[in-house]
Amino acid sequence: MSEVIVITSGKGGVGKTTTTANVGTGLAQLDKKVVLIDTDIGLRNLDVVMGLENRIVYNLVDVVEGNCRMKQALIKDKRYPNLSLLPSAQTRDKSAVSPEQMIKLIDELREEFDYILLDCPAGIEQGFKNAIAGADRALVVTTPEVSAIRDADRIIGLLGANEIKQTELIVNRLRMDMVKRGDMMNINDVTDILAIDLIGAVPDDEQIVISTNQGEPLVGSDCLAGKAFANICHRILGEEVPFLDLEIKSSVWGKLKEIFKKN
Amino acid sequence: MGLMDLFRKKTPGDIAKDRLKLLLVSDRAGCSPEVMEKIKNDIIQVISKYMEIDAEGLDIQITQTESEGNNGNVPALYANIPIKDIKRSS
Repeated sequence: MSEVIVITSGKGGVGKTTTTANVGTGLAQLDKKVVLIDTDIGLRNLDVVMGLENRIVYNLVDVVEGNCRMKQALIKDKRYPNLSLLPSAQTRDKSAVSPEQMIKLIDELREEFDYILLDCPAGIEQGFKNAIAGADRALVVTTPEVSAIRDADRIIGLLGANEIKQTELIVNRLRMDMVKRGDMMNINDVTDILAIDLIGAVPDDEQIVISTNQGEPLVGSDCLAGKAFANICHRILGEEVPFLDLEIKSSVWGKLKEIFKKN
Repeated sequence: MGLMDLFRKKTPGDIAKDRLKLLLVSDRAGCSPEVMEKIKNDIIQVISKYMEIDAEGLDIQITQTESEGNNGNVPALYANIPIKDIKRSS
């Protein structure tokens, strides 16, 4: 049975597209048949993060309007035979698609794929409504900042009101050095406030920028962010995976200094 | 709270958490600033019948308070109404 997961956040720029690319690629690495759908009509981005921007012929709006068949619009990722992308339209706007049309499109994809991941646009308007219409499950991405958390709380409320049963949290861009100094909220602070289950904590990692520049998701690679995304994929499959130890190990001298600083 | 905490200054992380907690209570209650303004004006009207209050200094907000019925924290309307003069009832 296939599962439809929307990746959403409310606020822009917190890492929805990066998360979609990495979780999707990670699930494909685990031998699942995966399709990624970019639902941000007018501002398509998932194609570049995936490094598939040069292979777009048709897009989501073309499929909905019947200009092409689904097969023609899906881009198969040559690196992972199980992974496909349905790109968004760049020259149209959110009103080109309705929630009913999204549900129909997703139902067609359910027959072929194990996981259908929807990259949701920022905001709570039409684009958001389209993205969540056909979803069974939601991953809410936030960063440990007041603005992102406030928006995430609003989104969690809206997901509940739209009867999405399973909603889980990803805390992205944690700066453990700042958390340690007390300059940033820690994971427990964020989960306390939002009161939903945590499915992943991803550290701020330079490798993410590098991987986006190259158009190659880094899930499964040896860096901390790569491991964190791989763990999220296992948890999506229902496996219990302990959370990574993101703590920065400090020397005895460093610990002493901290004790004095605190008082 | 441990002994250490007594001497510890609030960190920016703590401040963020405290601010968010307050903010989300009013967000979740769905109380827009306009509604709050209406409530405030009504309170001023009612209280003014009985005493002279400082309308400028009046402060209302939605906060959280420990429930008496063991429901954990519940939203509460907090109002600080400075009294200028208590009118003598006639």
